[in-house]
Amino acid sequence: MAITSSHKSKLIYTVLAWTISGLIFFPILWTLLTSFKTEAEAISASPSLFMFDWTLENYRDVLERSPYFTHFWNSVVISIGSSLLGLLIAIPAAWSMAFVQTKRTKNLLMWMLSTKMLPPVGVLIPIYLLFRDFGLLDTKLGLVIVMTLINLPIMVWMLYTYFREIPSEILEASRMDGATIIEEVFHVLLPIALPGIASTLLLNVILAWNEAFWTLILTAANAAPLTAFIASYSSPEGLFYAKLSAASAMAIVPILILGWFSQKQLVRGLSFGAVK
Amino acid sequence: MLNKLTMLACGALTMSAAVTAETITIATVNNGDMITMKELSSDFEAKNPDINLKWVTLEENILRQRVTTDVATKGGQYDVMTIGTYEVPIWGKQGWLKPLDNLDADYDKDDLLPAIRSGLSINDKLVAAPFYGESSMVMYRTDLMEKAGLEMPKAPTWTFIRKAAKAMTDKDAGIYGICLRGKAGWGENIALITSMSNSFGARWFDENWKPQFNTQPWQDTLQFYVDVMEESGPPGASANGFNENLALFQTGKCGMWIDATVAGAFVTNKTDSEVADKVGFALAPDNGLGKRGNWLWAWNLAIPASSKKSDAAMKFVSWATSKEYTALVASKKGWAKVPPGTRKSLYENPEYLKAAPFAQITLDSIQSADPVNPTVDPVPYVGVQFVAIPEFQGIGTAVGQQFSAALTGRMTVKQALASSQRLTERAMRKARYPK
Repeated sequence: MAITSSHKSKLIYTVLAWTISGLIFFPILWTLLTSFKTEAEAISASPSLFMFDWTLENYRDVLERSPYFTHFWNSVVISIGSSLLGLLIAIPAAWSMAFVQTKRTKNLLMWMLSTKMLPPVGVLIPIYLLFRDFGLLDTKLGLVIVMTLINLPIMVWMLYTYFREIPSEILEASRMDGATIIEEVFHVLLPIALPGIASTLLLNVILAWNEAFWTLILTAANAAPLTAFIASYSSPEGLFYAKLSAASAMAIVPILILGWFSQKQLVRGLSFGAVK
Repeated sequence: MLNKLTMLACGALTMSAAVTAETITIATVNNGDMITMKELSSDFEAKNPDINLKWVTLEENILRQRVTTDVATKGGQYDVMTIGTYEVPIWGKQGWLKPLDNLDADYDKDDLLPAIRSGLSINDKLVAAPFYGESSMVMYRTDLMEKAGLEMPKAPTWTFIRKAAKAMTDKDAGIYGICLRGKAGWGENIALITSMSNSFGARWFDENWKPQFNTQPWQDTLQFYVDVMEESGPPGASANGFNENLALFQTGKCGMWIDATVAGAFVTNKTDSEVADKVGFALAPDNGLGKRGNWLWAWNLAIPASSKKSDAAMKFVSWATSKEYTALVASKKGWAKVPPGTRKSLYENPEYLKAAPFAQITLDSIQSADPVNPTVDPVPYVGVQFVAIPEFQGIGTAVGQQFSAALTGRMTVKQALASSQRLTERAMRKARYPK
């Protein structure tokens, strides 16, 4: 009886999980399908899920009209560059907050997080003026800097949480054995916290890849990433849904593949320390 | 030896020309005519080997946000900007745009349509060049009109439109007599309803900048809009903008559609439109008060004051808005694809008139719109379907939300107008009007 009941609840949870996953994935599936339709089929009042004339015309048009690979490369440089630079700053910051705490550490952490609550448009003009004066407008370096700063609070928080799960006695033992701070961080702390660091890196790559405020405002023709590429296919007057879907599919597929291959790492990292 | 030296010298000259070539950055919207301009720009580069072009194509609202930030902070990221008729007078007065004094000798400014030119001039100096212009008109299904036993006049009244919409509606067959913009936004439902209100004798502000939503003409306008949409409009109309209504009309779901004149080319395009050979055109309706319910808009090319390459930018603006460019588009893409609504000469061209059945209505609509005197009673502002003040984007969208709520039935017409009056008064007080 107990086995049947547990079997039933397992089945219910499985169906529920698949339903929720389906709901989450449906807009992506719809975008992918629309990208293979003609513009007329894309706006049809009675749309078909699979039974339509499949075409690659939208992909051909998009590739002809826009320098996709330039935008793709800009996205790669900006997202990976800002995540690596962010880690370089966030690891020592999180180490000191986790292992050399003062009475103001918590307040400092909260203050860092509170900067994420400010609407980005609130600091648009000062940042734009700084970028203009330092010649950083429409440069990848400028975007790497701004993405690093935007995501730094999340990186520090994530790493701080992982580091807090590591028993300080292990680090103390290494200090007793004569390790310097650098050796302690690199040879003891980082290998233990590697899953957490990897998931922090991956999550920030995804966040930077998808960021669509600063990347649109601070770039023009040279450093524009895939978000600008997508934005160039929306139109107030005219049919554009199929081409926009093709552009969106080309922009999200790389990050979907990355997410697919690194999902174990991401889940392990995100649930690190969730159960004690 | 001499030959080798000559070749070397030629090579060096070519290289130095390549090195000194200027690159100008052009920001534009993703509309069909702009895409054509980008495609054909190799002609400009061939004629001007010392100028390279870089393109930034964006969705309208993103472009507006981006170029506004750049021009206001003198960022200098762009050398040519595509801006609308709303921005030109505001930015021109701020000194953010370079006057277009050095357009090519054969540019022929006098060929520009007066209504369009007046909206782009500050103290009689052109500060932006029109790329394409539009007004609004009635597009209707000739077969459904005939079936309803009615005949569309060239210049219909709102009363006729309501009657025709009712007669053409067949909800069981999924055909709705009229499709109008319902999506909230200053460039969406507000563009339509403000133009409508002009023909009902309403205005946004009186001469002292006092909001006028508490007047009878506004009550009449909004009540008419809500009633006609309830009777004959499609379901979920509050989510419909230009593209949604275009899709409905092209798939045969609308009897009439009152919207931008550029839609004429879309609804008669046999590739996309199922009703391409059953479409008629008429002027936007009126109420016998001397003003029709049509708007006036143009996408224009302007050079920001912060551009350091204004000479090269000026050459490009001259080329892209010239008669020569019109001829180039006609030769490569056909007359129907020529950017409309900017030059008188286009409407005197028999080949264009033949290719575009909506050409005369477009011209008549543009010429009848007066951005300086848009309403029956005098107003302190410029703009037909908008008020050319910086605050309008915010106020217009907020008022658009009230009107959209009235359309869905979440508010009564009276409540929507009272709320619009309150929020506009508050915004104008904050902005310290009258100035």
